[in-house]
Parts: sequence; structure tokens; C-alpha cells
Amino acid sequence: MEEMVRLEHITKKFGNNIIIPDFNITIYDGEFITLLGPSGCGKTTLLRMIAGLESPTSGKIFLADQDVTSLAPYKRDVNMVFQNYALFPHMNVEDNIRFGLTMKKVPKEEQETRINQVLYLTQLENFRTRSPLQMSGGQQQRVAIARALVNNPKVLLLDEPLGALDYKLRKKMQLELKNLQRGLGLTFIYVTHDQEEALTMSDRVVVMHNGILEQDASPDVIYHAPKSKFVASFIGENNFFSLDDNKALAIRPQKIQLCHEEDENSAGNNPVKYGTIVDVVFCGTIDKIYVRMDNSNDTVVAYQYLNDALPWKCDTRVGVWWEKKDEVIVEK
Amino acid sequence: MKKNWHSAVLVSYSLAILAFLYLPLLILTLYSFNDSRMNAVWTGFTFKWYASLLHNRRVIEALTNSLIIACISTLVSTTLGTMAAIALNRFKYKFKGILNGLLYLPILIPEIVMGLSLLVLFSQTGIALGKNTLILAHITFCISFVIITVSARLEGRRFDLEEAASDLYATPWQAFRYITLPLALPGIIAGGLIAFTLSIDDFVISFFVAGPNSTTLPLYIYAMVKRGISPEINALSTCMRMTTICLVIISQLLQPKKKSN
Amino acid sequence: MGEKRRGHSGEMKKGKLLVVPGMLWLAIFFALPMLIVVAVSFATRNAYGQVIFNFTLSNYQRFFESLYLRIFATTIFTAIVTTVITFLMGYPLAYTISILPKKWQQPSLVLVMIPFWINFLIRSYAWVIILRSQGIINTFLLKMGLIEKPLTLLYNDYAVMLGMIYALVPFMVLPIYVSIEQLDKRLLEAASDLGAPPLTAFRKITLPLTMPGIAAGSILVFISSLGMFVVPDIMGGAKSALIGNIIQNQFLAARDWPFGSALSIVLGILALLLIMLYYKVLEGQKGVTNNEKKLA
Repeated sequence: MEEMVRLEHITKKFGNNIIIPDFNITIYDGEFITLLGPSGCGKTTLLRMIAGLESPTSGKIFLADQDVTSLAPYKRDVNMVFQNYALFPHMNVEDNIRFGLTMKKVPKEEQETRINQVLYLTQLENFRTRSPLQMSGGQQQRVAIARALVNNPKVLLLDEPLGALDYKLRKKMQLELKNLQRGLGLTFIYVTHDQEEALTMSDRVVVMHNGILEQDASPDVIYHAPKSKFVASFIGENNFFSLDDNKALAIRPQKIQLCHEEDENSAGNNPVKYGTIVDVVFCGTIDKIYVRMDNSNDTVVAYQYLNDALPWKCDTRVGVWWEKKDEVIVEK
Repeated sequence: MKKNWHSAVLVSYSLAILAFLYLPLLILTLYSFNDSRMNAVWTGFTFKWYASLLHNRRVIEALTNSLIIACISTLVSTTLGTMAAIALNRFKYKFKGILNGLLYLPILIPEIVMGLSLLVLFSQTGIALGKNTLILAHITFCISFVIITVSARLEGRRFDLEEAASDLYATPWQAFRYITLPLALPGIIAGGLIAFTLSIDDFVISFFVAGPNSTTLPLYIYAMVKRGISPEINALSTCMRMTTICLVIISQLLQPKKKSN
Repeated sequence: MGEKRRGHSGEMKKGKLLVVPGMLWLAIFFALPMLIVVAVSFATRNAYGQVIFNFTLSNYQRFFESLYLRIFATTIFTAIVTTVITFLMGYPLAYTISILPKKWQQPSLVLVMIPFWINFLIRSYAWVIILRSQGIINTFLLKMGLIEKPLTLLYNDYAVMLGMIYALVPFMVLPIYVSIEQLDKRLLEAASDLGAPPLTAFRKITLPLTMPGIAAGSILVFISSLGMFVVPDIMGGAKSALIGNIIQNQFLAARDWPFGSALSIVLGILALLLIMLYYKVLEGQKGVTNNEKKLA
């Protein structure tokens, strides 16, 4: 696969704060890659460095094998979809989309063709002359995407674009973005703190924490084989049992089985630990059962699906067990 | 608004003060139409004082001077002030204290001090007093007002729009021209109008730096007042006031609608 | 909240230079002349009125002569009275505007501020034709037979004060209005909820929290009043000279620029001290209002 973006030994300091100590990554053509992490982990900073809106303190940035580290944003062949869209309020939809083409002095005829294409792609044909101020969040979102895509960038950067949308709209847009990327074959670099979003859309997820790359893998591997405790706890819910100073055992709540105290045979050959249910939380599709373990005072959370067995109640004594194959060892 | 006697007292008191502010001005205007030369007694309605103004060579000269000075001062101070306001709004500067001092002191210091300091400057550097010194002086006190006006309107400025423009291949100049400037334009025009009004109306500073052949309208009015009462002064004052009022109203109309929380 | 950043690449930093022309102009035509005036205040003059730069403190010493001190004291007194009265007029006006329906607030503010834009000269002159011995009031009173001789309403200290108050009320209104407008009305609702009648709520909540506006307006009025010479010149008599008139005189008729400079420097320093005092008070207030915001 062709290399699209390469970051070599990128560091970023603000004053005396080291935001990013030493970041390296290669992104390939046609990938949908997500930078995932909590607020302040440096993911947006990295994205902005690729766009050219921030400069790294040291290190190099390559776009399609060209060193662009010192290149200004308007000279780079990447485009960004901003977090709050940054649509120009004094221009209508069409002029917003046209802006990049005008700056690059694309001939008028070609401008029209490309604008029409992208309006069709983002289903905005009826909004040509509308002012962005009169449009809903979801519509503004699509204008921002259209405005970036019309320039045929090699790489599209998206900075938490769906953050301001409500749940249902967000889900819908996630699918649309994914289809767009697949259909156009572009490289998308996506930034979010929403791990569900990252797992849904990406070919590859890069989990970041305090400017450090924690794990770089496909969504499946990130979820089922997290390398570190941070990744294991950031992605979905997880239960941890300490093994020694460096390692812990992680087991997903949905892999935890519960049985009545007397009924230990249902666990088969698997070891059973005992505890008391302290809380049962209704979450729509599942119940979350919180169990305080006898020996360690840890609380373990297990998911129970409603059509499973009998509903559990607080203060019931339970046995907690799982299959060995579902265990994951993580670094602390 | 609670309708009780508190509000009634408040409103009446306020209206009284408003009357106090406007009554003298209204009287001034009224008597500019008085036929009699001796102001107080009303003898008839006439436009003759306004007509005589049009024939008064020195009034025309003073008016022309005021307009020329105001136009040039406005242009220069608005340009310099807008540039400074945009930069101050966008970037962090190391010597914020000094910059703020330079910016606000011209407005806070009594005008008389500013006027005489310019007189001293010009005389010590051998610059002859005249239209040029008036222009230089007017630009000086206008810049601060322009910066403050434009800055206030820049408050809601969105840097992400400029970043978006840069991301869309606009050079810094293009981003400024297509994005920053159009959005700041109402504020800039307001600043310009304020500069123009200040310049036309200025008396104190002009008093110190005007030369013998360069009178402005306010200076001319002052000379007339010193000589004695005459309805021409009323007429001239009324004309000036009307102009001022129009300019102020126009600049207010350019203010962005405040969004209520 | 996400990360907030405003990175500049090298080329964008050039924009920083935009501030230079304006500031340079102010440095040359505002700061520099001030420095020259300071220098001149320590100089002397020759028979032709030209400035000779021999260092001397005589100008400042002259200031401490009883005559000038008295005039300075009168000026300060006038300024204080003006400030107080404009406050008593300005605050209610500002408050009334702030309780008007939103639609009327901006136009009302403009209405109050229009006189502010009309220069002092014209406004003082308006009073002259009202107050002079053949002016409106006297003519009216004479005609009504209420008096036999015209009253000398003009050319005295009271006329000057009236003129100043008239000129400076708008200066007081705007800062106070801004302060009242920024007041979180929910605080008053909370006070009412806790049993405070309107007047008490005003005294204990509104008034203290609008102090910044009151201070700003007062400083503006006080400093403007100190330096005024137009109003005393037109509406005051020979005995109503204020420091502004003295300074003006030194620069024109008397041609004693060093002395005039010294007087202006004294005036300027007084103004500066007040401004610094204002900022100190403002800093203190900021702490208070920030805490209030956290509690709200």
C-alpha cells in the first residue's frame, strides 16, 4: 500500500509542558484511521500539525513522501473538517464550497462541475443558496464536508466533526462518512474521544494517552486484545484483576457469568469467585450487575441480557466465573 | 418591568433629566429661526440667518477646512487604527501594558494636556502651525477611538474561520481580504464615523495647534461667541449638530444586533 | 472541553507587525510630546517667550504659591461637585434605560449619548443665550413682572458648574449602563427569594456590583472636569478661572510655556494617579465578582 502520511519523531511543547514526547506513525492510502483518546491527549494537536495549523517543536511530517514540515497550511494538499464547522457566515453554501477552488484558481467551468458533484454527494443540492446560519447542525456538517471534499484532497482531516450532533443523527452521519470514504477511496484521518464511534467507522484505531501512542491496531484487536490497562479500560468497560506489579487480568463484562452460590456446577471446570450483588442498573438492552467480591472488596461488573435466566437482585450471593479463553493479559 | 411607584418616580426623574439635556439645544435651534437679532424676544420666523451663512466667506472657508481635515484624519486614523485593532485582537504581545497605556491614555488624559503637548512638539521641532498640524493632531486622538471601537466589534471574532480559509489554500493576505475584513467591516465603518465626528467637532486640541489661516468650524464659532451673541451662531451650531446627530445615528445603525442569552 | 489552541506558523506571525504603524504614530505624536512637556516644565523662558532649557524647579515652586493652589483647590472642588451631581443624575438615567424593554434600550442610549457628541462649545453657548441678562429666562421673568432687574445668572461659579454638569452627564451614563446591563439579574431574583424588598436589594446587590461602572464614569467625569477650560471661558466670569483657563492663558497670552507645562504635568499626574487607583479598585472588584460567578 502506498504511504500517504508519515510522522517522524514528532514532539510538541507548549512552554515547559511536553504535550507530545515522540510520536511516530505511517498512514496508508485509502485508510480510515482514527486517533482516539481522552481530552488533552494530543490527538487534535497532531491533526492540526498535519494540516499545518500548528508546527511541531521537532520532528518531520511527510505527505506522499514530500517533507511538508515547514509548509504553510495553504500550501498543503490536505483539507480539514473543523469541529464547529467554521463555515463562513457571510457566504452562502455554494460560495463556501467554492472558496478553496477560487483560491487555487480552478477554471470556472471546472468549478461548477465539481461543486455540482459534491452537492450531490452530500445531498445538499437544494441548499445551494442557503445561508449557513439558517441550517441545522447536521446540514452545516455536510456543508463543511462538501467544502473540504470539493478540493479533491489526498487526505481529509476530521476534528471531532460529529460532536455537536444528537445521538441518532450522529449514528446516521457515521455511516454516511464511512460510505463516503469507501466510495471515494480517500484517506480519512479522524479524531474523536468517542470510542464507540472509533470502533464503528475505522479501519485502524490509534489510541493515545498523554501524547503517547498506546496501541495502533484494527478495531477488533483493540477491543479484544488490548495491550495496556489504559486501552482496556478506555475501550468499552472492563474488569481488572491484578496479577503482579506489571500485569493485570482483564475480562469483559459480557464474558462474565453469574451463578447462584449453591449452584457452582454450572461453571464447569472454571474457577468461581464469590461475592454479593450491590447494584443492578437498567441500561435498556442490558442490566449491569455490580458484585462486591468477598476477598478483595473489588467491584466486578457483569452484563446480563434481559432474556437470560432470572433477573438478579441486590444482596444476593453469587458465584462469578468466566471461560479462560476470554481472559486478556494487559500491561499496567 | 414592575409597575409600581418606584418605576414611575424613576421614569419621571429620567425624563426630567433628558429634558434638561435637550431643552437648551432645542432652544438654540428654535432661536436660529428668530427674526430678531436680540435673541430673547421672538419676532418672527425666518431663514435669513442660515442664508447669510452661505454667503459668509469665512464660514465657507472654515467649513471647507473642517471637512478636508476630517476626511484626511478619518482615512489615516481608521486605516492605522483598524490594522492595530485586528493585530491586537489576533496576537498576544509581550508589552501589553505599554501598548494599552499608549492606547487608552489619549482618551483619559484631559484634552487640554494633549493639545498643548502637540503645540510644544510642533514649535520645538519647527513645524509651522496650520492645516497640516491640525491633521496630524486629529489623527492622533482619533486613532485610539478607532482602535477601541473596532476592537469592541471584533470581540466575537472567530479564528477558526481564518484557519479554515488557510486550510482552503488562502494565503494570509487572502484570508484577511476575503474573511477577516468583510466580517470586520461594520466595525471599521463605525470607527471611521466616530473618527469623522470627533474631528469635525473638535475644539480644544484644534485650539492649540491651528495656525492663523487655518480655522475650523468649531474655532470659528468660538471666535464668534467671544465677539458676542448673534443668531448666526445659533444657525451654524444647529447645522453642526444636525450633522453630528446624523453621523452618530448612522454609526449606531451599523452596530451588530446583540443576541440575548 | 477539547484542547484550545491558536498555533501560528512562521508566515502568519508577520501579521503581528500590523500593530506597529498605529502604535508608532501614538508614540511619536502622543508619548513624545508628553515627554517634551515634562522637559519644558523644568525649563525657563526668555523675554521673547522662547523656551530656554536650563534645569529649574521654579515653575513647580510657583505652583505652590497661594494663588495657584487656591485655583487648583477650587478646580478640584468643582470637579468633585460635578462628579457627585452627574452621578445623581446619571445613575437613575442609566438604570431606567436598563429596565426598559430590550427594543427601546439601544435607541434610548443613543438619545442620551447624542449630546455627548455635540461639542462643549455649542452646548455651553446654548446656556449662555438662556442665562444671560437679555437671555430667555430673564426676558421671560421680566415680561411676567416677577423681577425688575435682570438676574446675573451667568458669569459666576454656579453657571460654570451648571455648564460642566450639563456637559458631562452623558459621560457618567454610558459606563454605568454597561455595568448595570452586565449584572446577573438572577442575583436580584435570589435576593427577592430570600426576602429582600426592592430598595434593599438595590442597596445591597445592585449598587455594590455596579461599582466598576460608577468608578469608570466618575473617573471620566472628574478628569474631564479638571481639564476643562471651555466652559469656564464662556460661562464664567473673570473670577471663575479654573486651572484649565490658567494653563490656556500661559500658552497663549502670557507666553509662559514652562509654567504652563508644569501646571499641565501636575494635572496629568493627578489624572494618572486616579486612573491607576481605578485599576487597583477594579482588580479588587474582579476577585469579588469572580467568586460570585462561581457561587451562582
